[in-house]
Amino acid sequence: MEKFTTLTAVAAPMDRPNIDTDQLLPARFLRRPRAEGFGDVLFIDQRLKDDGTPNPDFVLNQPAYKDAHIIVADRNFGGGSSREGAPWALLDYGIRCVVASSFGDIFYNNSLKNGLLPVRLPEDVVKAIRDQLHDKPGATISVDLEKQTVIAPDGMSHAFDIESFRKTSLLKGLDDIGMTLEHQTEISAFEDGFGKRHPWLFART
Amino acid sequence: MSGKTLFEKIWNDHAVHTTEDGYTLLYIGRHLAHDGSGHAFGFLEKRGLRVRRSELTFATPDHGVPTTSHKLEDITDPMQRRAVETLTRNAANHNVTLFDLGDSRQGIVHVVGPEQGITLPGLVMVCGDSHTSTHGALGALAFGIGASDVFHVLATQTTWQRKPDAMRVTVDGVRPFGVTAKDIILSIIAKIGANGAARHVVEYAGAAIRALTIEERLTVCNMSIEAGARAGIIAPDETTFSYVEGRPFAPKGKDWEMALDQWRTLPSDADATFGREVRMDAATFAPMLTWGTSPEDALPITGSVPDPDKETNPERRQAMQTTLDYIGLKPGTKLEDVPVDRVFIGSCTNSRIEDLRAAAEVARQGTAKVPAMISPGSTLVKLQAEKEGLDEIFRKAGFEWRESGCSMCVGMNGDLVAAGERCASTSNRNFPGRQGKGARTHLMSPAMAAAAALTGRFTDVRSFARKG
Repeated sequence: MEKFTTLTAVAAPMDRPNIDTDQLLPARFLRRPRAEGFGDVLFIDQRLKDDGTPNPDFVLNQPAYKDAHIIVADRNFGGGSSREGAPWALLDYGIRCVVASSFGDIFYNNSLKNGLLPVRLPEDVVKAIRDQLHDKPGATISVDLEKQTVIAPDGMSHAFDIESFRKTSLLKGLDDIGMTLEHQTEISAFEDGFGKRHPWLFART
Repeated sequence: MSGKTLFEKIWNDHAVHTTEDGYTLLYIGRHLAHDGSGHAFGFLEKRGLRVRRSELTFATPDHGVPTTSHKLEDITDPMQRRAVETLTRNAANHNVTLFDLGDSRQGIVHVVGPEQGITLPGLVMVCGDSHTSTHGALGALAFGIGASDVFHVLATQTTWQRKPDAMRVTVDGVRPFGVTAKDIILSIIAKIGANGAARHVVEYAGAAIRALTIEERLTVCNMSIEAGARAGIIAPDETTFSYVEGRPFAPKGKDWEMALDQWRTLPSDADATFGREVRMDAATFAPMLTWGTSPEDALPITGSVPDPDKETNPERRQAMQTTLDYIGLKPGTKLEDVPVDRVFIGSCTNSRIEDLRAAAEVARQGTAKVPAMISPGSTLVKLQAEKEGLDEIFRKAGFEWRESGCSMCVGMNGDLVAAGERCASTSNRNFPGRQGKGARTHLMSPAMAAAAALTGRFTDVRSFARKG
């Protein structure tokens, strides 16, 4: 997984609530192998018109947001399906951080496992940042994971929460599996007790 | 010290290790796989790892399988066909139990789990699908995970999770005639919002929940994810035990007695506390449907399309206008006056035998005016329905009787709603593009969907259904 430490980049505002993972990555692309990349199909049904040309109304197509690496959204970003293709599509497109007042839980977890930082901030703060981005299209914001802060275009610093477990893996770029394999003995010991409590689970029918 | 909730008891029973900041390495009692699990098996092979406990994973193809035929050679999309073939190969390579195409036990993974007795009270269960919340209906703690986590489960039989908070939704009272489990969960989502239960496990309680059959509870828990919940769960009771007993993968004999003793201790303690409590009265519920592009956009059938001009918050007004532009409805239109182009009855939400019986009860009273199709939740459900003659009722009424699969809920198998078409659907998501690019989805119960098929518009099923 790619590390996440600090990022200063253009941020694109997306005002609509409930931007679900079907919108991020329509189901018809889910069987694509990971190695082929998903950046070209991020938001494809909104980003492109029916004839395949860019939809000029879609925020990421506007010149000011050409270099956006951050999205500032509203409530319930990434709700819906568990498809990990949603964070893959964002990352492959170049988005490394999404700021929102709330996220779909599965999307939130999937993002953390891929080096995409989801930042939860209060609804009024997220709204204020989006307003600043609308006032000054192409404005940048700065995210510092170590300090757990977001600096808005107006220079205000906003603190955010993240579990230290996830913060550490992101800062170091570590996958879960490496750490879990260190707990092998503990898992085996647990499994013995669990198997005694639920013997029927381990009997092949 | 206060008592424990149902979900905390299950969590503690599966906790292998907890870090200082409360992250837990959870053991996975049973894992369900489907034709979307290819990424995860691929990651496993790339790392040179094997499935740690192959007896705890069960697989069946559902997302990409055709509903016109269950023959592999009839899958025309090469990507979907490869995904189904890959599942067969992965299951064989890793010694995982598979209910493949051609096996009567095949079906939508969330229908198959309970049906086969794979889903059991007190288990932590996962699947690479958000509707894994369904299994909470039997008192399991069940949640969806992404491909990286599925890989992790295959390799280690565990997953790292932050402990969610506990929330209780109590539905008191008796639901009126014509109100189904779908109407109960749509009413709950409309009240708390599409992200109203984020970071929480929701325990459904109260007289109206206790009175539900297991299949109805499966419908309620299925859509917990549409309220943003990490999981939905209902305390196991005698209804649960009699449903589970005798199913193929459920404990038997001495094991059954031992399991029952454990399961009876699972319900939340009387003094357990929930971080959030919501109370509703089922007596106030009515048949529901969605008018917009989020499951929270739900109203009783007697309602009208809301008016953005009455919304004072400008961003919310704009969002509502965008929704109406997509869904093609004018403010103030009575929902009962809205014509439909197509009807879909199926999906992990509403494709079980009781759903099909309810739809047939309406279908037998007329003839479909618009294309309507039914995809049973599993091949066993299909066979049962045929034994009861439901397929004949549907065919006579002009409905298409199909094979089982996820079908038009997600459209990956080619069962799509055309752009601009309006579909009355018993599925779980009305997101833009969910049933196909530009498709307009309206969620409702099987009986309401069947009624819409007969009249060609949204219809109050209470004008059809016979009492008793």
